[in-house]
Amino acid sequence: MDFSMAPGTFLFEAWQARASLLQGLGVTMLSSALSIVIATVCGLAMGVALAYGWWWLRLVARLYVDLMRGIPLLVLILFTYYGLALFGINVPAFWAGVIALGAFATAHVAENFRGAVQSVPAGQMEAAKAIGLTFGKRLSYVILPQAVRRMLPPWVNTALEIVKGTTLLSIIGVVELLLSAQQAMARNYMIIDFYLLTTALYVAINFTLAQLGASLERRFSYLRY
Amino acid sequence: MTEPALLQARDVRKSFGQVEVLKGIDLTVSQGQVVSLIGASGSGKTTFLRCINLLEEHDGGEILLDGDPVGYIMAGERRKRLSETRISAQRARLGMVFQQFNLFPHLTAAANVMLGLTKVQGKSDAEAREIAQHWLGRVGLADRSGHYPYQLSGGQQQRVAIARAVAMQPRLLLFDEVTSALDPELVAEVLSVMQGLAESGMTMLLVSHEMMFVRDVSHHVVFLDQGKVAQAGPPGEIFGNPGNDRLKSFLGRFHGLFGRG
Repeated sequence: MDFSMAPGTFLFEAWQARASLLQGLGVTMLSSALSIVIATVCGLAMGVALAYGWWWLRLVARLYVDLMRGIPLLVLILFTYYGLALFGINVPAFWAGVIALGAFATAHVAENFRGAVQSVPAGQMEAAKAIGLTFGKRLSYVILPQAVRRMLPPWVNTALEIVKGTTLLSIIGVVELLLSAQQAMARNYMIIDFYLLTTALYVAINFTLAQLGASLERRFSYLRY
Repeated sequence: MTEPALLQARDVRKSFGQVEVLKGIDLTVSQGQVVSLIGASGSGKTTFLRCINLLEEHDGGEILLDGDPVGYIMAGERRKRLSETRISAQRARLGMVFQQFNLFPHLTAAANVMLGLTKVQGKSDAEAREIAQHWLGRVGLADRSGHYPYQLSGGQQQRVAIARAVAMQPRLLLFDEVTSALDPELVAEVLSVMQGLAESGMTMLLVSHEMMFVRDVSHHVVFLDQGKVAQAGPPGEIFGNPGNDRLKSFLGRFHGLFGRG
């Protein structure tokens, strides 16, 4: 690889494409962040439903989780974008992608959360009941603080999967990092160089996320049993 | 009986699936009394205790706490289950100490005691801390208030659990085999805390296999056998003159304790 800045070199071409690449990177990070937030909030709610809901609520949540785990993410994204349009619901490609990713990851977060909550010994819930805490307080002061450390590692995994999953949004025309790189390649044919660049950027994002997760885990390491 | 009954159970029944665990239990606990439940494993002692604070729901009969049925209200002839909030409020009037301590592992000893005071009784942090400190002192753990449960021995953990229950000033304290999970050399420290509580006039209902302790501390002893009250009376009568054959054979297993001397 020639690292000089002369025309026709990788650095030159990358510099030429910097605006669209940066924008693509921004779209990747924004869609990831939004999907992670949606998946976390909805996943926690659905996890509570799975663990403690009335039987019909558990059934609905269970059906949703199994459905989402069975559908390929790409199919879900295509369905959200084109399928909803058939019903007259026009969702912009970016939002269709975020909704699909969020809905997909919600199922994973919900299942992880249910597992984490149910791994807290039954006696903890009983002790919390015995001092008279209501359901919401039992959850927030006793169960969640103990479940959070157990659900953190799978939650980080889900977040990494979401970041990687945003590449699929290029199929429905969202110019995220991958598509913006491919657009640059279409001009300069430096395919290996630009794929290496995008690879490095994805790894950098996910490495940062994983480090963040690890530091959170250390923060909760006071939980011992 | 002259004093009004604090806890009154009448014909309490409970089944798990096909198995009837409680076959009509009657029991009365008056203010300031210490009542002990004894009996073999599977006789229903623990289930009965758990029905009182609604960790299990009884299917028949009634349990009255200060005259109010626990877990439901009567709507005409029909029972109407209480709301989650009302059930929690009833539980807050009772304290319970468990066999496995069940301290909250993410909280210090003081924070374990404070949680109910602040989040159930709405006390300020400062006030709750003061109360927690007082009760941790009473159970001999004033210098351990900042320790997490994993930093404490089993006996110390159980004493924190007692402090957590008693700090809420419950009408009645329930003890569910609280020394059964302890190493033998740690049992005495927990029993002596319980003895202190009994002497201070705390109303207590305990399930225990510590027969010497039961004999010394109880006002009333109830022997459960196969889900029924087989014999009940003052400890002198239960231990000194067990009329019931099953009680005799049950106590016979503790013969080493009562036979000598």
